[in-house]
Amino acid sequence: MRTLHLLVNGDRLTVAAPDHWTLVEVLRYRLGLTGTKQGCDKGDCGACTVLLDGKPTLACILPAARAEGHEVVTIEGLRPAHCAEGGEGTDPVQDAFDRCDALQCGFCQPGMMLSARALLNENAQPDRETIQEALSGNLCRCTGYTQIIEAVELTVAEAAGADPVPPAWQVDRDGEDLPLAPTGETATGEGED
Amino acid sequence: MAARDIHGPKPPWGEHFQVIGQGHRKVDGPAKATGDAIYADDIVLPGMLHAKTLRSPHAHAKIKAIRTDKALALEGVHAVITGSDLPEYYGIIPWTPDENALAVDKVRFIGDEVAAVAAVDEDTANRALELIEVDYEPLHAFLDPNEALGRGEPQIHEGRKGGNVSKHVELDFGDVDGGFEEAEVVVEGDYSFHGTTHGAIEPHCAVAQFGADGNLTLWSSTQITHYVQREISKVLGIGPQHVRVIQPCLGGAFGGKSDPFSLEFCVSKLAMLTGRPVKMLWTREEVFYAHRGRHPAQMHYRTGATRDGRLTAVDAKILLDGGAYSSYGLVTTYYSGQLLTGPYHFPAYRFDSTRVFTNSPPCGPKRGHGSVQPRFAFEVQLDRLAEKLELDPIELRRRNFQGDSTETINGQRVTSNGFLECLDKVEAASDWKERRGKLPFGRGLGVAGSMYITGTNYPIYPNDMPQAGIQLKVDRSGLVTVFTGGNDIGQGSNSVAAYLVAEELGVEVSDVRVVAADTDLCPVDLGAYSSRVTFMVGNAVIDACRKLRAQIVDTLATTWECDKKRVRLMRGMALDLEDSERAITMREAFQLTEAACDTLGATGSYNTPKLGGDYRGGAIGASPAYSFTAHVVEVDVDCETGFIGVKKVWCAHDCGRALNPRLVAGQIEGSVYMGIAEALLEEHKINRFGLHEGPSLLDYPMPTTLDTPEIEALIVESVDPEGPYGAKEAGEGPLHSSIPALANAVHDAVGLRLTDLPFTPAKVLRALREMESAAGA
Repeated sequence: MRTLHLLVNGDRLTVAAPDHWTLVEVLRYRLGLTGTKQGCDKGDCGACTVLLDGKPTLACILPAARAEGHEVVTIEGLRPAHCAEGGEGTDPVQDAFDRCDALQCGFCQPGMMLSARALLNENAQPDRETIQEALSGNLCRCTGYTQIIEAVELTVAEAAGADPVPPAWQVDRDGEDLPLAPTGETATGEGED
Repeated sequence: MAARDIHGPKPPWGEHFQVIGQGHRKVDGPAKATGDAIYADDIVLPGMLHAKTLRSPHAHAKIKAIRTDKALALEGVHAVITGSDLPEYYGIIPWTPDENALAVDKVRFIGDEVAAVAAVDEDTANRALELIEVDYEPLHAFLDPNEALGRGEPQIHEGRKGGNVSKHVELDFGDVDGGFEEAEVVVEGDYSFHGTTHGAIEPHCAVAQFGADGNLTLWSSTQITHYVQREISKVLGIGPQHVRVIQPCLGGAFGGKSDPFSLEFCVSKLAMLTGRPVKMLWTREEVFYAHRGRHPAQMHYRTGATRDGRLTAVDAKILLDGGAYSSYGLVTTYYSGQLLTGPYHFPAYRFDSTRVFTNSPPCGPKRGHGSVQPRFAFEVQLDRLAEKLELDPIELRRRNFQGDSTETINGQRVTSNGFLECLDKVEAASDWKERRGKLPFGRGLGVAGSMYITGTNYPIYPNDMPQAGIQLKVDRSGLVTVFTGGNDIGQGSNSVAAYLVAEELGVEVSDVRVVAADTDLCPVDLGAYSSRVTFMVGNAVIDACRKLRAQIVDTLATTWECDKKRVRLMRGMALDLEDSERAITMREAFQLTEAACDTLGATGSYNTPKLGGDYRGGAIGASPAYSFTAHVVEVDVDCETGFIGVKKVWCAHDCGRALNPRLVAGQIEGSVYMGIAEALLEEHKINRFGLHEGPSLLDYPMPTTLDTPEIEALIVESVDPEGPYGAKEAGEGPLHSSIPALANAVHDAVGLRLTDLPFTPAKVLRALREMESAAGA
């Protein structure tokens, strides 16, 4: 058993854990921070990605002892940090992932969003290739990555002051919104029952 | 039972949608974005034990004896169970129950479950596994499906008729021999599809708690809550009313969580034995061995056509390697033939499909169950036909289009069919006419088309009850809660339920909560498989909403003393269309209605109409609606290395109506990604000893952001007459034709016909060399 001193999502914590435990075990089993996921326990999938001193790190292959005295940010830390800086809602990366429907099953996404956050902290204006490179350690099985990359690009564009632009959909929409004011249009069917 | 609850493709009270057809946040998006979403392995209960499974090191062996006393004596171990504790057979298909939670007298593949231990922690449970002694008598292991087909002894499942054949289906429709006589051109070829697996990032996990009241609660990463409840009840011997199965947030499935699995029975039994909650989480390696992935298939196709490219007959012979257990195999065998009969008109068709048992990890349903392999072979056949006839491959497909509102040669009813528009869209988007056949050597374009079911009439176990049920609770706070047995596996079915409620009842999407996949709380839905949830749950939601809506509209019309046709519910407001003074919030409308009518709630349901051909197996493959897809793939083949680079994929998919186009696009993109990965990279390879060659996410090469091609998703809306607002499926269809389109693109690029998947650089290079030497000879 080993006593660890960690700065986790802004809190200084002291936690005891078996010597052989990895950081993900400490986060999930000792601290209850279950937002960090385990997909393979071998460092292959990236679902366990956390930020260690700001750098994306695979928590499932990092011996917890190696995190002694270091700063750890998990997915649970992004929103409070954003709020502490006076922001509303969630971190822009989280919000963009949500708006772009990049979250299908959502299991890989905590790691994915932290990789994206780390990239944007280093480089506020990454191009698409840089984004793809930065996220290449995080496997996603649902999305084909398209909406994930769109979400990061949306975050970049909005941070640069662009008007929020929803992604373009290749659907021909004929319907227009009905005005809230009465139109005199004859509705049908309501009383058919 | 007749079709029920078909409400038509438009809301009857107006022309335009308020919610449907637009992008909205998913109902679980914020929780997933913040890490708040709870998946099975995130559940921690007081006093919870951890369980692990001992697995067979033999591909095929008799179990002579198991000794567990040393394991049980280890400090921290609370229970050890073996096959004799759970002897009841189960299986997803009621006709083929051949699985035990733990092997009873023999093991049938490396990784087959033999014993399970519950202990204070995983480390102790793992140590205990090493103390369990098992005496095996190894048997001859079948790892080649051809051998299993030809040799019935030793039988993998003793006492079954037919040696090691799991299922054989032979069906013919129309005059096949006459069709080939009529044919002016015939192409014939062999194709082979390798095994691939789902690769959901969340490993399987289950947690059980057995209350002192005799009620068992099981949280499981399953996509079939209802069937798991039934099988747990049967195997554990507890009435189903005492079994509560809950699917927490699910980290991907793709068909890989649609069987009842050993761990669900083991944690339940261990919780009953110990009186403590028990969790089991599989390692990634265990997930690879549990498998249930796509069947390896050897296929032979003969396709006849007239000189102008019209099909005259199709004849197929298919051998499927089923692995060690039946799983969905009965259905897979039918699907391998039954689902090929669109989007083209087949005048005559015969298929002969055999699924054999082998001592490999069991195969099952993976995205595009049973029909991805034959679709690959058939669409390459069509490309060869086009080549022979010197026809544009898109034109060839157009000429054979079956049309809408028709019946296939095997008796399946086709309603809406947007396949031609799919072809038009990929043709235009890829600049096909200008570029196909005109790109420099090494680069090429290929096309393929496909069809897939939107749910299935076959309800796994025969019954006349609805396939999907819904309960609605309307609260005076303005909140509407939807209770659905449907399994949201990431595809967004809970969100779709919320969008439909918002459209129907005129509330904001954010004022709808969805409670799903909890067998105690929710009406039965059969689960997330066969692409059925949007269609069936969606129709059930509309059914329930219409009942409530009628109450609300009646109440308001009475209150306002106006005609019901003037009452409109939209965007959180109830309006009188002819009196702008009359506008109240839906909260007020709910309260008025509750006062007038009593506590508000409604149920709704959906069942399929009677469909399918009038022959044995004719209902398998019958679906209330079919989706259609066309792909164009552009490749760049490096003749030095054999590496196939995919430049871009255009995929047009007819989903009936896109209830939320962003979700549809996500399903198309995810499907294309998975198909291209199967074509080029992934292989679930079992070696001659029965060992998986690379049971890790490093060795099983799933594409990263850098390996995934650019994908353009094009949505076609044919507006199905029976779908919810006309919607059909989007989650599985768009995988199918990506693979043959890629193969056909390679032919356009370098003149090579690839028929043996996956198209690895080594295989491509070898084929290129062979082609060159053949040309030089």
